[in-house]
Parts: sequence; C-alpha cells; structure tokens
Amino acid sequence: MSSENLDIAYVAKLARIALTDEEVERFGTQLGDLLGHVATLADLDLDSIPATAQVVESRNVVREDCERDSLDREKVLAGAPQRQGAFIRVPRIIGQA
Amino acid sequence: MRYEAVIGIECHVELKTASKMFCGCANRFGAEPNTLVCPVCLGMPGALPVPNAAAIEYMIRAGLAFNAAIPSFSKFDRKNYFYPDMPKNYQISQYDMPLTQGGVVRYWLEDGTLHECRLTRIHLEEDTGKSTHAGSGDGRIAGSAYSLVDFNRAGVPLMECVSEPDLRSAEEAVAFLEMLRRTLMAIGVSDVKMEEGSLRCDANVSIRPFGSESYGTKTEIKNMNSFRSVRRAIESEIARQSAMLDAGERIVQETLGWDEANGTTISMRSKELAHDYRYFPDPDLVPMEISAERVSAVRAKMPPLPIERFERYTKAYGFNIKQTAQLIDAPEIAEFFDRSVEVSKQPQQTQNFVLGDLSRLANESGIAIHQSPVSPEHLGELVALVEAKTINSKIAKELLARMWAGEGSPKAIVEREGLAQTSDPAALARFVDEVLAANAASVAEYRAGKSNVFGFLVGAVMKSSRGKADPAAVNALLRERLGG
Amino acid sequence: MATIAKSAAEIARAVNARECSAREMIDATMDRIAAVEPQVGAFLSVLERQARESADALDARIAAGERFPLAGVPLAVKDNLALDGTVTTCGSKMLERWVAPYTATAVRSMLAAGAIPVGKANMDEFAMGSSCENSALGVTRNPYDLHRVPGGSSGGSAASVAAHEAAIALGSDTGGSIREPAAFCNLVGFKPTYGRISRYGLIAFASSLDQIGPLTRSVEDAALAYDAMAGFDPMDATSVDRSVEPTAGTLREDLHGLRIGVVKQFDTHKLGADIDDVYDRALHDLEALGAEIVEVELPTADYGLATYYLIAPAECSSNLARFDGVRYGLRVDGVDVAEMNERTRAAGFGPEVKRRILIGTYALSSGYYDAYYVRAQKARTLVARDFAKAFEKCDLIAAPATSSPAFRFQSKSDPYSMYLMDYYTIPMSLAGLPALSVPCGWVTPEGGERPMPLGLQLTAPLFAERPLLAAAHAYERATMHAAKHGTEVVEVAR
Ligand SMILES: [Mg+2]
Ligand SMILES: [Zn+2]
Repeated sequence: MSSENLDIAYVAKLARIALTDEEVERFGTQLGDLLGHVATLADLDLDSIPATAQVVESRNVVREDCERDSLDREKVLAGAPQRQGAFIRVPRIIGQA
Repeated sequence: MRYEAVIGIECHVELKTASKMFCGCANRFGAEPNTLVCPVCLGMPGALPVPNAAAIEYMIRAGLAFNAAIPSFSKFDRKNYFYPDMPKNYQISQYDMPLTQGGVVRYWLEDGTLHECRLTRIHLEEDTGKSTHAGSGDGRIAGSAYSLVDFNRAGVPLMECVSEPDLRSAEEAVAFLEMLRRTLMAIGVSDVKMEEGSLRCDANVSIRPFGSESYGTKTEIKNMNSFRSVRRAIESEIARQSAMLDAGERIVQETLGWDEANGTTISMRSKELAHDYRYFPDPDLVPMEISAERVSAVRAKMPPLPIERFERYTKAYGFNIKQTAQLIDAPEIAEFFDRSVEVSKQPQQTQNFVLGDLSRLANESGIAIHQSPVSPEHLGELVALVEAKTINSKIAKELLARMWAGEGSPKAIVEREGLAQTSDPAALARFVDEVLAANAASVAEYRAGKSNVFGFLVGAVMKSSRGKADPAAVNALLRERLGG
Repeated sequence: MATIAKSAAEIARAVNARECSAREMIDATMDRIAAVEPQVGAFLSVLERQARESADALDARIAAGERFPLAGVPLAVKDNLALDGTVTTCGSKMLERWVAPYTATAVRSMLAAGAIPVGKANMDEFAMGSSCENSALGVTRNPYDLHRVPGGSSGGSAASVAAHEAAIALGSDTGGSIREPAAFCNLVGFKPTYGRISRYGLIAFASSLDQIGPLTRSVEDAALAYDAMAGFDPMDATSVDRSVEPTAGTLREDLHGLRIGVVKQFDTHKLGADIDDVYDRALHDLEALGAEIVEVELPTADYGLATYYLIAPAECSSNLARFDGVRYGLRVDGVDVAEMNERTRAAGFGPEVKRRILIGTYALSSGYYDAYYVRAQKARTLVARDFAKAFEKCDLIAAPATSSPAFRFQSKSDPYSMYLMDYYTIPMSLAGLPALSVPCGWVTPEGGERPMPLGLQLTAPLFAERPLLAAAHAYERATMHAAKHGTEVVEVAR
C-alpha cells in the first residue's frame, strides 16, 4: 500500500470536482498523510479473510413487481436548476461513449 | 486479400416487467416526459433501491433458455461514471457475479444450417434516462448546444447480454440477434423492439487472414437501430478494415458510430478520460442466493423454445425452413399448431390446415387463429378424422367452416349428423346402382366411348351419398359395374 | 401545564391524558426556541407553522379517543432526513434550497407515534465531521459551554435536546455521529444495530455504516423512540426483516447476572487523570449495580480508524456523485455538462466533503481497489469477528464514548486529529453493533471554566438492543450524572 502515485488532479477529474492549484497542493498533502495512516492495514494478515460488504447477512430482499404511483411532475421539476417544458435541461454533452 | 471477420455482440434488452427495476414506477414506453419518476429512480437524496423480483426471475429464464449456468450466489455492484441522464451517476449493475454465466445461442441461417455462438454472461442492470440533443438542428450529440433529459426510462430493468467473438459474418450476427430476439420473446421477458429501444446492440468487429488463430484489433460499433443497420454496419466495417489492411495500414481500437444516412461508420473518439468505473458491491442491496430448487421451478414453467421447435419441425416433422420459420416466428400459431399436433399426431397435415385453410379463414375474418372459436384440440380432431378416412377432404372443409362459426368439436358434429364416410360395400352399391338406373342415357354414352361421362357419374354418386361416400371406393365400384 | 423540561415519556403521558394539549406543548417549545436559538443555533430551519398545525391535528385525534406513544413530543430532525415539503440541506450549500418531496421512513414512524417535528437540526456537512464545524450553513454551540462544539455530526440534534428545544432528536451515526455529540451534550445517544431502523430518506454518507437513532435526555425516551422506529421497511433492502420486541417496558433497575466486558486494547489510562477517574468510577458503579466486570480483547481495535477511513469515503464518493447540478440542488453553469458538474461540486461541497470524496475515489480507482478498499473490507471482517469472540465472554462492552469532553471551536485543525475523536465509536460501527452513550460524569477541561460531561459507551451484540437499553437505564437511574451540572442555557427545570 503506497501513496506515491496519488495523482490528485486525476482523482479530482474522476470525481468531477474542480480544484484550485492551492487545493491540489493542500488536499494532496492531507490525503498523502491519511494514506500514511491507513497504511497500517498492511500489518494485518488478510489473505484468507473474506471481505465484509455488509455486516447483517440478509439475502434476497426484493419487492413484488407492482406498479406504484410516481411523483407529480411539477414536484419533480420544481427542484430542477433548469427546466424546459417537461424536460430537465443541461448544457451540451461532449460526446461520450 | 480475403479476410475472416471475428464478431462479438453486446446487447441491452429492456425487460417487460410492470414496474421498474428498483422502484414502483411503471415500466412503460411512450409516456409524457418525466411522469414515470419517483425519488428512487431520480436518485433523490436519501432514496434507496429495492430489486424487482420479476426481473430476477426473468434473468433466470433467459439463462435457462440459453443453457447458461445460474450461479447460486449473485450480487449487484455500482458502476461509477458521470452522465447527465444517469440520475445517481452510478449505474446499479453486476460486475463479477452476474446472474447467469456462459451459455450458448444456437441459431440458423437462411439455408437451414444450425450455428452456435457462445455467451460470456447475461447480467442485470438499470437503464438510464434519455437525452434529446437540441440547438444544432440535426438532433445529434455532436454540435448540439444543450440537451433535454427525460427520466422515464431511468431505472427500467435492463439485461446486458455479452457474446463471445464466435460470429464470422454480418449474416451470422443478424441471425444470432434474431434468435436472441425470438427466444426472449418466447420466454416472455421482453418485447425486444429495436424501434422502441428495448433492444439495443453494439458489435465488436475485427478481421484476420483466413486460417489465423489470433485476433486482429477490434473496433466497437454503436448506434445501430435496426437489424438492417446491424448488417450494413458490420459489412461496411469489415470492408473498411479489409481495405486498410490491404493498404498496409493499422486498425485503431476505437468506438465507431453507425451513420445510417451515409452508410458508413464514423469515429466517436471523445476527450473523456479512460474509463475507470470503480466497481464495488452496492451497499444498498443485499446479495441474491438462487437455490437449485428455485432454478428447477423456473425451468418447469419454461415454454417451448424456438430452437426446440426448430429441431422438432425440421428433423422430426421434416418441414422445410420456410414453413418452420413461418410457424416459429408466429409463436401463438406455433403454440396452436403444437397443441393440434398432440391430438392429430399428423404434423404435415396439421401444418397444411393451420397455414392453409385456417389461415385463410383468419385472414378473411380478421381474427387471429389462436383467438378464433376453433380450438387447437378440435383442429387436431379434424385432421385425425381426415387421416382415418372417417371424412373426406370436402367434408373436412365444410366442417372447418362450421367450427369457425362456433359449432365446436368436429367429431361430435360427424357423429350427430352421421357424416362419417361410407365405405360399407352394400351401401355404396346401393348408391351406385341407383345412379346407374337413374342415368341410363349417360351410361349408354359412356359405353359408347364417351369416357368423360365417368366423372359426372362419380359426382352423382357422391351427391346422392351426401358426400359421405369414399370417392376412391365409388370410382372402383362404378368401373366394375360399367365393365371396365 | 406545558413544560418543556419534561421528558418525552412525561409529555406523552400528559398529552394523552389531556392534562396539557399538544398545541400548548408546541407553543411552549417555540417560545423556548425563540429564547435560546440565538445562543445555541441548533436548527437550520424551525418548522413553526407546520408544528402548530400538526399539534392541532393531533389534539383533535386525541379528543376523538386516539392515543399515541409519543403524543405531542417536540422532535428535532437532523437535516439529512427527508421531510416532505421542508428544506432538507444536509448542512451543505449543495442542498441549501432543496425541498424534499417525500418523508423518510423513520420520520414517518415518529410522526405516526405522535411526535411533532419542530425543526431541522444543524449537522456537519453530509454528516462528515465530529464537531458540527463542517456545517456550511450555521454554527451550533454546546449548551453546556457556548465556546465549545456540540460534537458531530449530529451536533444540532444534540444541542437542541440539551437546550430543551426538543425532547427527542433524530440523528444519524456512521462512525460515532450520535454517540459523540450525545456525550458532549450530556445526553443519551443510541445507535441501534445496522438495519434495525430504515435508512429510506436518510441522505446517505456511507450506506453500509449509516444508522438512524435518537438523542434524548433519558434512556427511557431513547427506548420509546427506538420502539417507534425499529422494524423492517420494504423501501430499504438493508433493513432487517426480523421481529422487534418493545424495549420501553423492559428497562431494569439493577445489573445482576450481567457480565460487562472492558476492552484491554482500550486502555483508558491515557486520557488524562480526570477522565480516567470518571471511567474508573463508572466501572465501579456498574459493579455496584451487580454486574461482573470482565476483561475482553479486541486485537484489531486499533485498525478500526484506518478501516473506516477507507470504507466510508469509498461509499461516500459514490453516494455523493448524484450531486451534479442536473436534477436538483445547486448548479454552477459551465460550457458543457462536465464543466458544469465540476464547478457545481467545487462550489457546493466544503473541504471535508471534498477530501473524503477524493480519498474514496482514489481507494476505488483502478489499480488501488484491492490494496485499499478490499483490504479495508477484510479488516472489517476481523473487527466483527473480534467482537463476536469478545461477546462469548460478556453480555455488554463498556468503553469511553470519546477520548475527551467537548473541545473548543477550531481547536482541531488537522483533519486526522478530528478523525481520532471517533476512535472509540468506530469499531462498533464497522461491526454494525448496537451501542449507546449515557452520561457518566464530569470533568473540567484544561483551561476551561466549567465542568463538561462525558459519556459511557455501552455496546451489545447484534440485535441485543433490549438488554443494552435495560442496562443503560439501570446505570442512569443509579448515578443520575446528567442532572449534576448545567448552564443557564440548560437550566430550565431543575
Ligand atoms: Mg451495461
Ligand atoms: Zn421510480
């Protein structure tokens, strides 16, 4: 576990957060420190240990395929930053696969 | 140089559940924008997903239809990436433990040959909303000024089906997709309508010299919205790659869009980062355990599969490809046919009736065969009556018309009205003698060499027997009586 | 006569008996809020009109013969819980004006029990923090010393109940966010077993850890709130489908026959002499009530923090991706969607939220997933196993809730020193165990002027909420620590 490759700009891009140069610097240092602390996990022998995604071992919690009422459209669009007619409007989408 | 194409298909199929994958909003195409949404499928803060039991059941059905393994343990993962019509900016999908693994699609080509394409997996996920790209005039994403988003489709259950690169031509790819479509329709899990987007497919295409074992560099074609465009896009891409290799150029691994209007593939290179989806198990959902008993229960309820019908019709029944496909691609009629055959035990005759007289009646009256008053069992009875020579084909036609009019069992009609064909020699002799006595002039003409009178005499006998006489026996007896 | 000094149990009894009306109770609460809010700042919004209307409606139903377990109880709701028609901010600029279009299941349950929401309580932004200082929308002060933090992230919830602006507050606890502010504000703070209370409508921080719970001035009130909220919810697939036995009627007065474990690795003799004395005294009191004190081991306790600070940010990085400026909340425009997203998130999130999103994104990213996220999940298994083993030797575990009493504003400048505040509460969260903090004594912090409360953390095995609350009640009744000190802001009844 090493944090040498912590490329904060790349991570910020993935997370879609614009950072100032100052933030890149500051978060870089802080995250580097934190990764130093969490590096203690390397002391544990975890090879044969299963991962825990959830502590309570429920299985097959599902719902029946029943239709229920949807929200009123005005309630949906009332909170939207920008609407156009019945749609939510967003700036142009640069071609993504 | 001639190259061999290597093609793999990835397709997304919307499941036709009543409600969405993780919420109770209706799963319906064509509603007013943003009316089929709720906190869950809009990814509102605090809302949580709960999986649709029917969608999971449909996945098991699909897996069984293609002979895939249904693992006993499966889970949902999050696929993280930003896209404005994906409400949570992650898609609930399945990463390393999909609901089905492996399997094979067996499909036929127009020449009747059977082929196979292995499946890698089928997994369950949620669909995204839909963006309309505006402000550029042509509705395309490139060059548009802004987009309008409708979230009605967001959260619709989606099955992603990934094939191995086992296909070798555009024809095979289309035949594979057609088989996938008819099978998914047959098992009732999807409408599989490309025009409504409930089937969407991408193709991975590479080429290599014939005989080569290694794979060439592949490209991925997207935006194909009909089987016709799948065929054209793949053919065009194979041609493009072949020309490049012939010219000594290198194929670049990239994503291409199919331009239907110009009949070419176009590069869709984006300035996006390399994808880093950061999959991890969705902590809002608990794992699924699928017991062997549950799989057996689903299996027991599976309807006949198109591939099973194909093999039965062509091998056991000896039908030709055209008839076979005609039946299979009309599943209600195939179902009607199968049930009729169970009673008649006469596939060819039954098929003649179903695709012949019965279809004609259906066409004339505008009622589908399977919704007409003629039950498949009664049709089977009718065929069996003809086959046993209890009635002749003329009576059969009359009976079919009466069955269509709602008179029910042909057997009952025959018994009630004494319509059974007469092959009793004494009765036949009586009819023949009566006719000969009543038509002395015609008999004389015949004996004088006018052999065409014979047909008239046969008809007269048939008429006086009210059609019940066996025409062959009438023929024989007349010839005997007329001396020759 | 309506008095805000009463416990929730007393209020409900009086309102059901029609000794006072819910409306009188709410009017008195609103007066109290008006009086102390300028100093305390517990709420981001006060639901004055809705509360009075709800009270009138409740009074009408009571007049018609209905009875409610929490009739007329003024309720503070942490502002990460959706309440239809109210602004629900999560303490963030991102949601500063977002009106929730639906109600969280837990809140719904409290409403059905007769509780009346009086305000949405301040919190660390998106529940990330231990002091409430990370709220982007307001400052909440500790009613026991206005120069000190109320704790976090449920800081507004804690302050509101301590200052008698509500009788019960709902909080959420991911790594200690109910227990720590409860300890800082001299309250009972109860985090039930993960999955006991539906998370539907709780704006997620870390889904596999988040749990809703009450902050109250007595164990009995905590039990009443728990009884109202616990149970399976078909809207939350991680809520547990398992019968819930009511706890309120089963509270105990002694601890005979109970084995209480003390964790060897939680050596408290390093917190400072005053604090050590308080915890030593607490163990003696438990013993005096009939409990047997036994030593247990949690060998991986020291790895809790590292495990937590990978898992929680990883989940948060994904949970908070939805705040992108498209469908709701803040939008800062850009030339294209990606730039709009980046600017919106840069402006909408505070530094702590950004830090955690970045670390979580990193921990999940290609090439690091196994080294960080998967390792942390495996370590989590060990932590849970440690507890399971410890509970073979004891019925409950006693530990400090925090390593210090409430600290002064801006005294923890480096993020990691703030993370250390959760050292004692995180392991229980990782294991999903029910745990609570109950007042256990007072210390005067160095340089401080007045005594500040400390909390004793009791932890039970999964789903053992009943014995946990019963034991906490016995301890509370025997010691009455909560009533021993106060400030002008707090003193209204005693
Ligand atoms: Mg997919
Ligand atoms: Zn929905």
